[in-house]
Amino acid sequence: MRDAGMIERAPLLNAVTHVLMIAGLLIAAFPIYVVFIASTHDLPTVNRVPMPLWPGEHLVQNYTTVWNKSDFGAKMINSLIVATGVTIGKITLAALTAFSIVFFRYRARMLIFWAIFITLMLPLEVRIVPTYAVAADVAEPLRWLVWLFGFELGIAPINLLNTYTGLILPLVATATGTFLYRQFFLTIPDTLVEAARMDGAGPLRFFREHLLPLSRNNMAALATIMFVYAWNQYLWPLLITTDARMATATMQLQKIVPGPLFGQPPVWNEAMAATLLVMVPPLLVVIFMQGAFVRGLVATDK
Amino acid sequence: MADIAIRNVEKSYGKTAVLHGIDLQIADGEFLVILGPSGCGKSTLLRMIAGLEGISRGEIAIAGRVVNALEPRERGCAMVFQNYALYPHMTVGENIGYALKVAGLPKPERERRVAEIARIVGLEAFLARRPSELSGGQRQRVAMGRAMIREPKVFLFDEPLSNLDAKLRVQMRLEIRRLHQRLQATSVFVTHDQIEAMSLADRIVVMNQGRIEQAGPPRLLYAEPATRFVASFLGAPAMNLLPATIIAKDRARMADGTEIALDPARFIVEIGQAVEIGIRPEDVMIVWPGSEGAHALEVEFTEDMGSSRLLHTRLGGMEFTVLQPAAQIEAEGQLPITIPENAIHLFDLNTGKRLNRQIPVIGTAASAAA
Repeated sequence: MRDAGMIERAPLLNAVTHVLMIAGLLIAAFPIYVVFIASTHDLPTVNRVPMPLWPGEHLVQNYTTVWNKSDFGAKMINSLIVATGVTIGKITLAALTAFSIVFFRYRARMLIFWAIFITLMLPLEVRIVPTYAVAADVAEPLRWLVWLFGFELGIAPINLLNTYTGLILPLVATATGTFLYRQFFLTIPDTLVEAARMDGAGPLRFFREHLLPLSRNNMAALATIMFVYAWNQYLWPLLITTDARMATATMQLQKIVPGPLFGQPPVWNEAMAATLLVMVPPLLVVIFMQGAFVRGLVATDK
Repeated sequence: MADIAIRNVEKSYGKTAVLHGIDLQIADGEFLVILGPSGCGKSTLLRMIAGLEGISRGEIAIAGRVVNALEPRERGCAMVFQNYALYPHMTVGENIGYALKVAGLPKPERERRVAEIARIVGLEAFLARRPSELSGGQRQRVAMGRAMIREPKVFLFDEPLSNLDAKLRVQMRLEIRRLHQRLQATSVFVTHDQIEAMSLADRIVVMNQGRIEQAGPPRLLYAEPATRFVASFLGAPAMNLLPATIIAKDRARMADGTEIALDPARFIVEIGQAVEIGIRPEDVMIVWPGSEGAHALEVEFTEDMGSSRLLHTRLGGMEFTVLQPAAQIEAEGQLPITIPENAIHLFDLNTGKRLNRQIPVIGTAASAAA
């Protein structure tokens, strides 16, 4: 690691901070270690009290069993599609809305800004019932709107339940990304915009050839956050998918825990193995994006 | 090649007016410098010509075409910004060639023109670098190249030298001058630095509080400032300004009773009028003690500037600076001086307007006195 650039020379303080850091790391990592240990034992060993803290011999067996039993391959692909869809949708939407709010002056700009802001206070869990209603028939709000003006609209119901679109869209429509982009766009000097105007670049060209390349790091940060956020979604996929083929990996975890028969202890060893498997893709994304992620959140490139 | 006509142009933000009825003609190929303190509206005027600011009232025409409603790209102007405003994510070559890319020129043609411009501004070796890897002067050159490549009808400079260190500023000033001689494009240069203005301009426009104070060739503005503001803004060290009252056609008296002789033929004044007497530090003459009409100055301290020496003194209780060649004997204590009558500028104390009669300019007042 690079020197953090401490101004003071304080070996004692350095030692103390290191001890604290390592202690923090151990505390944070211990549960994951337990999960790993549990996934390497057979069921009777895992259920013994206290559970052994050294790896057992059933690692490969546990992982293969759980992978085949719960069809994780297909579920992971579902999760991947949803998380990628949310990430791409989110970045596109966020960049475009922030572009509009920061670089254009139009009527009701602030109204729209605040309307987007308010969605920060209304996460999916709060508005889950109306969101479900809309997902069940996308045309419904439109029909209502037209009905208010005294007309009837003959659109057939558009059902998004058990579809990827239904899984993705509600997660895309939140304000976090718009804000991250807005903050970044506000740091872009006016003269840069003006120089581009003098060079003859129109708004779309400016967006494509200046804003997008300049916001690469922000994009990486947002993509990381959104991928993990979408991958970890549990409540919404659980609610909207009834078809087992559309289930996501996170949902599937919950099905593994109960024992095969009512009253039997949960299959902890396999459940823990599955947990670790489901953790791998977001972990890879974080590792892969780490550098750009930190740059995107900490500072803007010169 | 284009002339610019600015007709009764006004600018206001809400109720705050920043430009009050500017009228200005800029000839084809002229190098015009707009000079003024910060907040005088000079940058606003430039940005209105560029099309980056709307025009509240009046009109601006470039090459005979009213441009009020045109987008910046349709006006044929190129602009060099104070902080260069280079595109940080593009290389030097891409920066310079960007306007051509937007214009849709084919790549080979673009590269040829970029190479040519890079040669002119001396950046051939840096085309693949990013702006962040360049020094201030090199960035400035990129900005100039970016403006030049479009072969614009009009060059607009918004304080382009103020971010450079003193030495580089002088050097870039010369390069801009050279460039103008070569391209002969109409140029409008905004600055608050009077030396920059004096050395670059064919014509200077001095602005103050949203109005034009005076417009004319640098020499004229220096020799015959139309207002007290222009007099104090042009020239370093600044002109001495002494408040006084006219007591006779040929005499003015300061508050402490010091009297200064005036040439009655040169001024239009009334007895009892409150005025300010302006004397440039270099016009003051040091004389032998006891000479006729000599004032005795109390020298407070001396600034040695190498080629010359600046004496800080008091005359009639007011601060008074005298610029003398360094070769002259060092002055201490009492210093006898005279003020040549034809070096005196007279301004009305209340309106700030010049009270001298119009005279043709022949060299400087100082050389006329010698």
